[in-house]
Amino acid sequence: MPGKVITITSGKGGVGKTTACANLGAALASDGLKVVCIDADIGLRNLDVVLGLENRIVYDLVDLIEGRCRTRQALIRDKRLPELYLIPAAQTRDKSAVSPSDMIKLCDELRGEFDWVIIDSPAGIERGFRNAIAPTDMALVVTNPEVAAVRDADRIIGLIEAEEKGPARLLINRIKPNMVKRGEMLSPEDVIELLAIELIGLVPEDENVLTGTNRGAPVVLNGKSRAGQAFRNIAQRLRGEKVPFLALDENGGFLGKLTRMIRTGGR
Amino acid sequence: MESDIGIAEKPKIQIKGIREGLLIILEDGDWQKVHDFLLEQIDQQAEFLCGARVALDVGSQVLKAADLGQLRNQLSDRKITLWAVISDSPTTQQTAQTLGMEIQLTKAKPEQTEQSISPGIQSGEQAILLHRTLRSGFSIQFPGHVVVIGDVNPGAEIIAGGNIVIWGRLRGMAHAGAEGNKEAIICALDVMPTQLRIADQISITPQQRKKAQPEIVRLRDGSVIAELWNPK
Repeated sequence: MPGKVITITSGKGGVGKTTACANLGAALASDGLKVVCIDADIGLRNLDVVLGLENRIVYDLVDLIEGRCRTRQALIRDKRLPELYLIPAAQTRDKSAVSPSDMIKLCDELRGEFDWVIIDSPAGIERGFRNAIAPTDMALVVTNPEVAAVRDADRIIGLIEAEEKGPARLLINRIKPNMVKRGEMLSPEDVIELLAIELIGLVPEDENVLTGTNRGAPVVLNGKSRAGQAFRNIAQRLRGEKVPFLALDENGGFLGKLTRMIRTGGR
Repeated sequence: MESDIGIAEKPKIQIKGIREGLLIILEDGDWQKVHDFLLEQIDQQAEFLCGARVALDVGSQVLKAADLGQLRNQLSDRKITLWAVISDSPTTQQTAQTLGMEIQLTKAKPEQTEQSISPGIQSGEQAILLHRTLRSGFSIQFPGHVVVIGDVNPGAEIIAGGNIVIWGRLRGMAHAGAEGNKEAIICALDVMPTQLRIADQISITPQQRKKAQPEIVRLRDGSVIAELWNPK
């Protein structure tokens, strides 16, 4: 069976695309699946830093596409997970160095060898976004429970539909259950109601994410982290398993409502 | 500034310099042929066109998202940005809009919009039906009525010569009677827009979370008034 290409995108910057990419890649790879993460944010690379692989880069995505190296040479194997690989972005070039058809060609090649190809899209709706979305089988839209991020997610979902790459799945990141309970943060229901697409995961705010990112160790490898558990659940849902959504609230208040909403189609 | 590079018995292509960059005018005919010939011509002048911002006049070609999306990607492979597609086909215009491209070279005055979409129809006589969610960044301009089955999200805009009817939530911008019709109305199952306009009046709804109820918005004594819809 050929591998599946998923693109992680958001429109707005800083909502957790790179974190999601590193963690989903690590979660799938720790289940023994062969995974490659591609950093499509050319000129502003950081997936390598989050994975702690910065010092191993010899060749990058642009070298590979311009034929200065073979695919095997551009693949960096993770230091902890033998099934996880990274193709880093070039830091000294910009988005125009790669075209959508280059990405399609590359992903068609990688599909033969890997179970999952995960593309980390840059923020924005320009060339970099179109490069990241061109080869995808499934787009995963990351947003935070805040108005500006949701607005940009809506725009991105529209563009994904226009490129005929839909339907996109929704990942709501950095939820603070206490703020939601006090009515100071958009609730997951509010976000789903507006965006009207299928939910694939809810990730709570967790300080372990930041420490993991700084140390170059994805938080899914930390068994105690709640965000890590949420990302492991998303990885299982990507593989087609039914996993209940994490109870964000201790007494399970809005979770019950939420699961009911999802069962009725997310509307 | 004008060069005609058409060759006999081949589709004709004109490239013109305009204020906004380059305008390429294609002839009608079989799209595949026109498309292949366009790429051939571009490849012959690759150096001149590299880095250009291009608007494309496709005449009455009916183009789907796959056609236009493919062409845009092929042009961006050649370092050419396709920012606008001009056409008299409503299908092509919609396709270009959903792909986030402009459909006019400059911001249109209302009478130009009317002419470009379908000449000769009276404001308010025809309607367009959109059966989908209108997301942020989507814009529709139509001289007749606009009917939406689905939500209109913040950041989307509807500009209609006639009335606007939304079977869903209105949270974006709606402008009814855009050509000056003060009788135009806007109605929706839940009216929570970022802004409403009827004819030349603009109103901002106060951000109050109320129970979703169907409402009709119209002009009363020159100001925009929303009324609960009550069938009795």
